[in-house]
Amino acid sequence: MARTFIPRPLRGWVLPAALLAAWWLATRWGWTTSPLLVPPEKVWATAVEQVTSGKLAAALGASLRRDLIGFAIGSSAGLLFGALLGASRLADRLLGPSFHTLKQISLFAWIPLLSVWFGLGDAAKVAFLSLAAFFPVVLNTYEGIRSVPADLLEVARVLRFTRWQTWRHLILPSASPSIFAGVHLALIYAWLATLGAEYLLVSGQGIGNTMIDGREHFWMDLVLFGVIVVGLVGFALNWIASRIEARALAWRGRSVAQF
Amino acid sequence: MEQPLHIGLEHRAAVARFPTPRWRLPHLAFGRWLLAWPVPLAVLALWWLAARHEWIAPQVLPSPEAVALTLAESARSGELWANLQVSLLRVLGGFGVGLAGGLLLGVVMGLSPTVKDYLYPTFKAFSQVPVLGWLPLLMLLVGIDEALKIILISKAALVPIALNTYKGIQGVPTRYIEVGRVLRFSRWQMLSRVVFPAALAPIWNGVRYGLTHAWLALVVVELLASSEGLGYMIVFGRQLFQLDVVLAAVVVVGAVGYLLDKLLALVEQRLLGWRKEGL
Repeated sequence: MARTFIPRPLRGWVLPAALLAAWWLATRWGWTTSPLLVPPEKVWATAVEQVTSGKLAAALGASLRRDLIGFAIGSSAGLLFGALLGASRLADRLLGPSFHTLKQISLFAWIPLLSVWFGLGDAAKVAFLSLAAFFPVVLNTYEGIRSVPADLLEVARVLRFTRWQTWRHLILPSASPSIFAGVHLALIYAWLATLGAEYLLVSGQGIGNTMIDGREHFWMDLVLFGVIVVGLVGFALNWIASRIEARALAWRGRSVAQF
Repeated sequence: MEQPLHIGLEHRAAVARFPTPRWRLPHLAFGRWLLAWPVPLAVLALWWLAARHEWIAPQVLPSPEAVALTLAESARSGELWANLQVSLLRVLGGFGVGLAGGLLLGVVMGLSPTVKDYLYPTFKAFSQVPVLGWLPLLMLLVGIDEALKIILISKAALVPIALNTYKGIQGVPTRYIEVGRVLRFSRWQMLSRVVFPAALAPIWNGVRYGLTHAWLALVVVELLASSEGLGYMIVFGRQLFQLDVVLAAVVVVGAVGYLLDKLLALVEQRLLGWRKEGL
């Protein structure tokens, strides 16, 4: 392979810069008359307008608030349920098959049902978000607890740990990477579900509603701005979760897989 | 930082309390099978009673019989099969495109650090925007026809497949490569005998995630922009306040998701079966 002159740290920027240049040139020289291809400056102007007028803060605030409430409810319920299934063989056999069947139903198929049961307001959205966060947490908690090595449990028996001590000192630490992976996944799913809930339960405020609004009025600049914001939020959530995960699992002495 | 295993004096006090009674379950496969039923049956019974005594209006919760009848009726009239076929073709088309693109991207990035340097940051940035973030943009660009569905479904499948393939190839232990060098493998032999077999498990995981995500994306796209398919059946039933249609379609969506997953598990056994024998 030919040696290139571009130093390594800069290579990642080549493709985005080329795309941006192509976009800018295409609008500048009028290669297309489509009103949909808005110039980059226009997107920038929209971005500035949205940020300074406080519209972005309002929409993003509404979305994030729902996202976090739903995530908190769903993941804590998921932790409890996953721990129950993982710890008790009886619970696993009674509830496990029903859970694994329900989990097969594609997440978004629940929305029409939830909208009948909870209306189109925040209650339905939060219920849906909780559902989205619930499944990955249950699965990973369950698997984490199930895969605690038998040797460790024998250590607990040798040391005559009480049930609480066994959980506190052996099972939870040993299952924690898997549990954190589940919570991390839940955070990503909840963000996806936030957008889905806003598209499908069209009422109220949120970044998804902003994008729908842009689409309906053919405001490409607003839609593009929305795409960028959604990406940045996803990135930020992911980054925060990775940091917390790395911190919480630092005692294990190795980094865990990133998503 | 906290110690994972902390054994102090205070734990000695726990000695007397230890032998906790734990009850054993019958180790029979049949007992296991039997225990799966009480909960669903209780829910079904409760549902049936609620519908029968009209605790909840039938528009909000139709009776189980109504759902079963609707399901049977739409299967008999062929409506269900027509919608199912549309959905399956879409998901297969989108998944196929995503699979091909994802494998290509993952393999190229995994094998060549130079290509990876150029592509990976952009790929990562694009993949940060969830499938649904692209939807309004693509609706404007390509309309709401088949192209929209195929693009979104293939994007949903592509990201996990590309990522897992790339990481799988990166994760091939260098010792294996060294063995290949010692044996003077050609480039092609190295790929086919060493790299791919070693990376197969993570790649396959990516493929499974890809199919799950593709099915998820299909349902969303059909809910939002479609005039046929299982998702459309759900929207249509919702608009007419016929929850029996909605629930029947939801059942089918779940069943297909389950079957797709089982199908992949079956392929996995054939594909990765040799690994278990080796261990």
